[in-house]
Amino acid sequence: MDTSSSSLAIELRNVSYGLNGGSEVLHNLNLEIRRGETLVLLGRSGSGKTTTLKLINHLLTATEGEISVDGRALREWDVIRLRRMIGYVIQEAGLFPHYTVERNIGLVPKIEGWPPDRIRQRVQELLQLVGLEPQMASRYPRELSGGQRQRVGVARALAVDPPFLLMDEPFGALDPLTRAELQHEFLALQARLQKTVVFVTHDLREALLLGSRIALMEAGRLVTIQTKHEFLASKNPLAMAYKKAFGGLNTEGGPI
Amino acid sequence: MNLWQFMLQNHVEVLELTLEHLWLVAISTGLAVLVGIPLGILITRRPWLNKPILGSANIIQTIPSLALFGFLLPAPWIGARADRLAILALMLYALLPLIRNTYAGIKGVDPAVVEAGRGMGLTDWQLLFQVQLPLALGVIIAGVRVATVISVGLATIAAAIGAGGLGEYIFRGLAMVNNSVILAGAIPAALMALTADLGLGWLERKLDPH
Repeated sequence: MDTSSSSLAIELRNVSYGLNGGSEVLHNLNLEIRRGETLVLLGRSGSGKTTTLKLINHLLTATEGEISVDGRALREWDVIRLRRMIGYVIQEAGLFPHYTVERNIGLVPKIEGWPPDRIRQRVQELLQLVGLEPQMASRYPRELSGGQRQRVGVARALAVDPPFLLMDEPFGALDPLTRAELQHEFLALQARLQKTVVFVTHDLREALLLGSRIALMEAGRLVTIQTKHEFLASKNPLAMAYKKAFGGLNTEGGPI
Repeated sequence: MNLWQFMLQNHVEVLELTLEHLWLVAISTGLAVLVGIPLGILITRRPWLNKPILGSANIIQTIPSLALFGFLLPAPWIGARADRLAILALMLYALLPLIRNTYAGIKGVDPAVVEAGRGMGLTDWQLLFQVQLPLALGVIIAGVRVATVISVGLATIAAAIGAGGLGEYIFRGLAMVNNSVILAGAIPAALMALTADLGLGWLERKLDPH
């Protein structure tokens, strides 16, 4: 395997994160995320998945170890520049309720000093990309369905075309039909855009469907990191427990 | 002489005192907004200042207004004129609701929204002006509303130190044991408070993004 920093998009070396009180949320985590792959962090609540994401975009600061993005250690990054290179999508989308869809999506481009025409054009382009009607631009988040809000959240994260995407259970709060729709759209989108994606979920089906590799986490530790074929063949007890809990699944997350 | 006769006869003076009252309230609340809102923002950014600042504003609230006028009397420049003294005292009283509501309004913004803003690379100022202040505006205006209504009432005490305003009639009426004169001060003050309350209440609802 090529371990030179240039092929690695994101790298975590011996990373630990602890709260001030002393309890450790993450222990000695090592992860290498390759350019253009979708790495799924799979684990139950409290396993440290979300913490890992927030360490990567520096919403949290690792207490030990080193994280590098694009071959540069986090401390060498200007944190604002770093975050604008990393799209961030969270559950329930976290849209700004006082802004229209257009302003939600166009906020970072506006701050980056894009001319209004270019922003408007980009917003329309993104709405189309995530499967929303052009007239949605003038709506407020409260006027949208959960699925539409999540699509806007994805469009907003893609606004300035960042090479990285962090997605924290983005489809977790959706009904099963909408979730399946968005998952398939994500796959189509990812096939086109080839972003480096770190995707957090507790759903094995989603992990198998969307991930190129699966990092299984438990109690702040990385248990295994495997391709989905390896994962399905894995004899690791926790991986076995997951597979049992979800019944028989194939590599696309569908039933056997 | 009943109330209406008194007010008709003295309508010029009633108007003057009302304007004087309005001026005391407007200047003091305006200054309190300029000081209180930044302080409220500051304590969301520097949590260790939270207790000292809110604590001080709380203590000021507990000082009886007459005593506060007395305490401020020796202050240079301020103590030289009654209206300056009154404005400073009224401003100090208005600080607490403004600081507290600004703080509560900003802290009350959905943490997921704030986190999303931070995560997408907003600087702290951008987060404040694009996200937190607009979403806290309704709560902040509610603070201005409370501060204004308190101010209209308290400003009547300012007459005790010769700062004028509708309190003049209240104190004069008390001295003369004349209810009409007291009411000639109290009723316009009450109407002013009600108007401010309704007006700012309307603004509060209009600016609430939810």
